[in-house]
Parts: sequence; structure tokens; C-alpha cells
Amino acid sequence: MKQELFTVKENTPVAKDVYKIILAGNTDEIKAPGQFVNISLDGFYLRRPISVCDCEEGKLTLIYKAVGRGTEYMTSLENGARLNILTGLGNGYDMTKSGDCPVLIGGGVGVPPLYLLAKKLIEQGKKPSAVLGFNSACDVFYEEEFKTLGVKTAVVTADGSYGAKGFVTDILNDFDYSFFYACGPEPMFRAIAKTAKTPGQYSFEERMGCGFGACMGCSCKTLTGNKRICKEGPVMESGEIIWKD
Amino acid sequence: MERLKVNLCGTELDNPVIPASGTFGFGYEFAELYDINILGTFSFKGTTKEPRFGNPTPRIAECTSGMINAVGLQNPGVDKVISEELPKLKAVFHKKVMANVSGFSVEDYAYTCEKLDREEQIGWFEVNVSCPNVHGGGMSFGTDPDSAAKVTKAVRSVTSKPVIIKLSPNVTDIISIAKACEAAGADGISLINTLLGMRIDLKTKRPVIANKTGGFSGPAILPVALRMVYQAASAVKIPVVGMGGVSCAEDVIEMMLAGATAVQIGAANLVNPFACKEIIENLPRVMDKYGINNIKDIIGGAVNG
Repeated sequence: MKQELFTVKENTPVAKDVYKIILAGNTDEIKAPGQFVNISLDGFYLRRPISVCDCEEGKLTLIYKAVGRGTEYMTSLENGARLNILTGLGNGYDMTKSGDCPVLIGGGVGVPPLYLLAKKLIEQGKKPSAVLGFNSACDVFYEEEFKTLGVKTAVVTADGSYGAKGFVTDILNDFDYSFFYACGPEPMFRAIAKTAKTPGQYSFEERMGCGFGACMGCSCKTLTGNKRICKEGPVMESGEIIWKD
Repeated sequence: MERLKVNLCGTELDNPVIPASGTFGFGYEFAELYDINILGTFSFKGTTKEPRFGNPTPRIAECTSGMINAVGLQNPGVDKVISEELPKLKAVFHKKVMANVSGFSVEDYAYTCEKLDREEQIGWFEVNVSCPNVHGGGMSFGTDPDSAAKVTKAVRSVTSKPVIIKLSPNVTDIISIAKACEAAGADGISLINTLLGMRIDLKTKRPVIANKTGGFSGPAILPVALRMVYQAASAVKIPVVGMGGVSCAEDVIEMMLAGATAVQIGAANLVNPFACKEIIENLPRVMDKYGINNIKDIIGGAVNG
């Protein structure tokens, strides 16, 4: 973990209530796709944890949804604004487990961390495919970006207004895959757990106090012991999760 | 630096700055960021007789100038604290640490303190009779003078180390409880623990926190903390450790003027992991600004003046 100052370079909508923010600053501490950063915002006591969508040297891309007052405030940040950010938080996805053709399963604002994962897997010579699920056509983002990387990408929407109608698990097994990486809402995870043909990893979300393991605000029980979602997570193995009802 | 030194129950601290229990774990997360040996000491994660997972999540809610937590004393239990956490801590922290202890019966407190008493790394006990997030223990001992005195006596009898009782602000008369602890043999008191609070989610129309209520901390509670530290320090002769919303060097000085011998920093560590380091570095400059030569000279300045 490092605390760094970043400068806003771009902050634009990519779907309904969903924004892409590009930040310039030191990204050295971000070591793995699936890690997150924790952003301090003027007038808000707690930081806002956001997963890393893309990261090149000195350039950090995040995609966030305006769901509450903090993230709504974020949409008003203008180019040149400075942000105090804790970077390199959490464990990230383990790419050594991917096999040759992993599938990336994203739901809504769970899609962004899978983009950096896809990029890194391709760099390693792997052939990832992606199944991206959204509620409706107005919520869809990043389909083109995945396709531009060369990822075979399928989009589904719950109301059928874009792509096939249904959920990611309706088409998951149309793909031939060696491992899965998932990020999205927990009901989607539970459906994946019943459908997937291989082991995989899920990235979890929880309300956090500090985001770096000090407060025990985001603890969860797993088959391999108690874990802090911010520190030993957010990525967990499919075989260690205790599903809540 | 000589001018920052204070004496807490017979042991000299290099400075009065102490990260508060539950906001600093067992120190390692912060030791990755800075040398935590610059601290006066720190109060480690509240430890109980048995391991505890704590409350269901969500455990955290944001407030204006503060936060609510309902962690519920998650900790690995006293045996693992001794066998795993203390040896790891020894590698990164070379000063005496403050052992924060909690329980669900008088016997629990005594059991845990007796086990920890053998550990030479521990310099003080901070006995938490004020956790607002557990049922059938915690705060119920700290809201009644007789119960607080019973816990104090039980712990006092099993250790030769200084015993500091951590008090709850969720009481009508802090003075009677502070006096009861002093009379029962406490070497010091610390306050305030968090204020009982709640937030409600407008979308779900239910409390944000799974436990419904939690402990409110952060800069918003500083005035309440100052008032209660002032009241307690006016009523007892033993040292008072002040805490509640302290976020900067100016707040530390204010808390000491209210009667605190040392000052704990809690929520500030969670939003700014460098908070304690910055406070220690800023203290001399702020002391200069207000004509304070030696920090121990201002303890209780607003009480006695």
C-alpha cells in the first residue's frame, strides 16, 4: 500500500450513472488485476474503495457507479482536481490458475477489474473470453474495449434490450473454459457456483472502514478461516466460500 | 525529544500519542508504512478469553465527520494473541504495548489479564468495560459504578502491571463511574469509547449496520470527549487517557488541557494511516505556536486554571 496524489485527467459517463475516471500519478504499488484503490473525497469522512479497471505506468483508469452521495460527488470532479488515494490494496486475481482459456464473468460495475485481467492474461499468451451481464441496454459499457483486446465477448441483459436476454449463467457453458474469474453482485456469484464446470475466483464487495486491514470492518468467514475482504480479499477461491442464504 | 515526554502510570512515554484499540490491529499494517516505534505506545486489538468472529456485516457506516462501527470484538482469543500476535509484534515494535482486554463476565476479564500478565511486552492493561457492540458484556460493566468496580478489583488482583479502565460515554454520570474505578484500585482511566449511534439506509429503509446500532467515532465526537475527559479528570487523582475524535496535534493539546496525561487516536488512523506520525511530527511546531515548552506542563491546564 502507498498513499499517492493523483490528478484527474478525464471523468466522463460510459453508461447510465457509470463513469470512467482517468487519473495521473504513481501506480507502482498496483501489482495485480483485481486490486483496488481507496479514494479520499473532500467533505466525506471515509474513503471510497474502487477497483482498478486499467493501469499503465503513471495512468490509472477506474470505472465507478454513482450510487450514493460520495460517488455522486465524484462525478463532479473536474480535470486537474487532485485526489489523495491509497493504492495497491487487496490481493487481486491469481493468474497462475487460469489455464489456457479462462472465462471472465462480469456483472454491472463488476466488469471493470476484468478488463485489466484480460489484458494481463493476453500478455501471458492466454486466450480469455468474457461474459458480461447488465440489467438493460443503457447500463452496457466496455463491450468494445474487451473486443478490441481480442477477447471473445458476449453481452447479456436481464430485460433483453441488448444482446441475449437473460443472465450470464444462461450462456456461461456455451464457452469452453479452463477456469473462471468473476466480479459482480453476490446473487450472480451464487448462480455461477451452481453452473460453473471449473473452479474459479470471485471478487467480493463490502462496506469498508479503512480498506487496508486495520479495522476488521469487512471480515467474512470462509472454509479457510476468517478473512478481511480488503486485505486477504477481495478475491477468494470458489472452494473456500461459505454462501450466505 | 524531551519536551514531548509524559509519564503514564509509572512508565515514561516518548510522547503522549497512542493509537486506540481497534483502529491499529496488532500494528503490522502500519509498520509497513512507517516505523511505529515513534509512537508513545499503542493499544492493541481488544482481546477476549475465546476467539470471536464478531458481528455480521455491514459493520461500518459513514457519518458527517465520523463513522459508526459494529465490529463486535473480532479477535483470535488470548491464547493466539500470546502465541502468534505478540511474537510477530515483537519484530516491529520494541516498546511496551498496551493490552486492551474485554470480557463477558468478571471472571473472563481476570482470566484474560492473568494470562497476558506473564508477557513482558505488555506495559499496561486497558480494560474495556465500554464496548457498545456486544450483548451480555462489554458496555454493561461500564454503565454501572458497582459493576465497573468489580471488574477493576478482579483485574487488579491478577496483575502487577498498571490497570487502566476504558469507560463508556453512554452514561448519565461519568464522575461516579470514574470514582468507583479509582476507589477499586484502577491506576488510570481512559475515555471516551464510542457513542452509541445509528444510520438508516434510505433505499432499504433499514439500519445500515447489521447489528442495527454501532459506536460513533471521528472528529464529530471531539467536543463530547473533551467535556467528559474534563469532568473525569476533575473528579479523580489517577491519570486520565483522553480520546474521542482526536485527529491532529491541536486536538491532542486540547485533550491534554482538558486533563489527559496521554491521548489516543482512533478513527483518524483508518482514514489517514499516517495520522499518528503526522501528529507526532507536528506537535513541537504547534506547541511553539501556543507558547508550550514542555507538553506535560499543560496536563489539566483547563481544569486547574
